[in-house]
Amino acid sequence: MYRHWLEFEKPVEEIEKKIEELRSYQTEGGSRTADEIAKLEKKAKNLLKEVYAKLTPSQVTQVARHPDRPYTMDYIQNMFEDFIELHGDRCFKDDPAIVGGVARLDGQPVVVMGQQKGRNTKEKVYRNFGMPHPEGYRKALRLMRLAERFNRPVFTFIDTPGAYPGIGAEERGQSEAIATNLMVMSSLKVPIITTVIGEGGSGGALAIGVADRVLMLEFSTYSVISPEGCAAILWKDGSKADLAAKALKIDAAELLKLGVIDKIVKEPVGGAHRDPQTAYKSLKTVLISQLKELNVHTREDLVELRYNKFRNMGVFSEPKRY
Amino acid sequence: MIWFKKDILSNGEESKSVKVPFGLWVKCDHCGEIIYKKEVERNLDVCPKCNYHFRISARSRINILVDEGTFKEFDANVEPVDALDFKDLKKYKDRIKSSQKESGLKDAMVSGEGLINGQKAMLAVFEFSFMGGSMGSVVGEKITRAVERGIDNKCGVIVFSSSGGARMQESILSLMQMAKTSAALARLREAGLPYISVVTDPTMGGVTASFAMLGDIIIAEPRALVGFAGPRVIAETIRQKLPEGFQRAEYLLEHGMIDMIVERKLMKDTLSRLLAMLTEKQN
Ligand SMILES: [Zn+2]
Repeated sequence: MYRHWLEFEKPVEEIEKKIEELRSYQTEGGSRTADEIAKLEKKAKNLLKEVYAKLTPSQVTQVARHPDRPYTMDYIQNMFEDFIELHGDRCFKDDPAIVGGVARLDGQPVVVMGQQKGRNTKEKVYRNFGMPHPEGYRKALRLMRLAERFNRPVFTFIDTPGAYPGIGAEERGQSEAIATNLMVMSSLKVPIITTVIGEGGSGGALAIGVADRVLMLEFSTYSVISPEGCAAILWKDGSKADLAAKALKIDAAELLKLGVIDKIVKEPVGGAHRDPQTAYKSLKTVLISQLKELNVHTREDLVELRYNKFRNMGVFSEPKRY
Repeated sequence: MIWFKKDILSNGEESKSVKVPFGLWVKCDHCGEIIYKKEVERNLDVCPKCNYHFRISARSRINILVDEGTFKEFDANVEPVDALDFKDLKKYKDRIKSSQKESGLKDAMVSGEGLINGQKAMLAVFEFSFMGGSMGSVVGEKITRAVERGIDNKCGVIVFSSSGGARMQESILSLMQMAKTSAALARLREAGLPYISVVTDPTMGGVTASFAMLGDIIIAEPRALVGFAGPRVIAETIRQKLPEGFQRAEYLLEHGMIDMIVERKLMKDTLSRLLAMLTEKQN
């Protein structure tokens, strides 16, 4: 049983409750109850599949933010071997909202990093809800430069509502930290593969997302502003987040169409949190194959291809130039 | 008569225009003085009483800066496209149309090349009155081209920012302009050419968190509001009062985020001296 049911999952929850109930007096019911349970389980699974096949953008947002959803550290620990966490930006402090270090993927040494959210209240506060300060981005930058120096591919995992809006963050150069990462990543001479695993919140997400391959888990989101923030500004009404989510086109399928991401990674039925082991396994397979594809290129070609990829982003019109 | 013209920046801040029109006179909302309009204009749109730097159009900025008759505009016909079919309370298409009509520009930027006291430079200047100077695909493309032209022509690049941040109506495409422009600047750096970023009131969000903070030299106009998150968002998040002068140019200088604050009347001279010192061939 999942502790956190989402509003739109209610019909499935009802069936699951019924199953629980039947199970509690199964000993008396015998095989008739067992049949009943099997039937209901099948029904629940099909219904879940049906519900998740047609999620609205704001429902996808809820799944992307689901409290049981695997976080960066879960993916690192379950897809990579021999992870050694590295800390600090060497300037001010260690930011727990971004984790990173060295690890092995299928035996090969790599550098990994990503925004980290907390599971319970205490952890959430410690991780600052996955909202990094400049120190977090500078730690990420340090690790990327380390990767370049030792010729190791970089894997980043995006899961943040955004960079933290605070006094200290501004005073210590939140903008400069993000901007520098964008610039350095654009010409880093090792393969970079980014996966959006949950929330891809604006510049705070992109700051570790200028990659050769940008992947998105099926039920994650990536956008320039949160639907709530957008609604508050453009609709002047924060409760219009549903409309904003739709207008912003924040889900993986839309972003693939816009050419901003390269690939969607399928999640288990009902989201990664329902079957994390399967989610880790399928993402790991994709990461290995993507890296193999990138390793075909020389480092110089890789940088050139990455430049062109981002150079071509944007839509505008222009009369033919002669 | 408009007493207070309020723009909503793309980060949701209300930006109060400080210069309130009042017939032949204007009232400086910073010092409260009522001044003859012509006098303000003669003073490069700076309040003669309190030295407040009012916002100016991209065209006026270029006129003040570039040696007469040397400005050659580029990419004037690059136009925004409503790629997402975006509609909030208004259609993006309609917002584009009305902004184009009011400003006479296709989007929130004028770019080109010109001489600054004889020093050749590529220029990209924001037009704040066009949708709060928000950065969409056109702005990103024009900055990127200006940088690439700098590389091709072996000359420096200067960007004058004045922007509420990314343009929400272009959603993720506007976010990607941050990566695109920053990548171009990495190449300019590699080519050994200078990039000077001038931040003017206001410069926020995705603009600050990309090219605006990547200058080899970063200059601000006096009192310019420059930051990542808007002051209101920060105040709501931390639920405490913001320090005096927070995110103003003077505050940024004190915290080591910019090289200097330069008054408008000294900008041209400062830029040309800097360009010369960074690009002059050594004997
Ligand atoms: Zn005044």
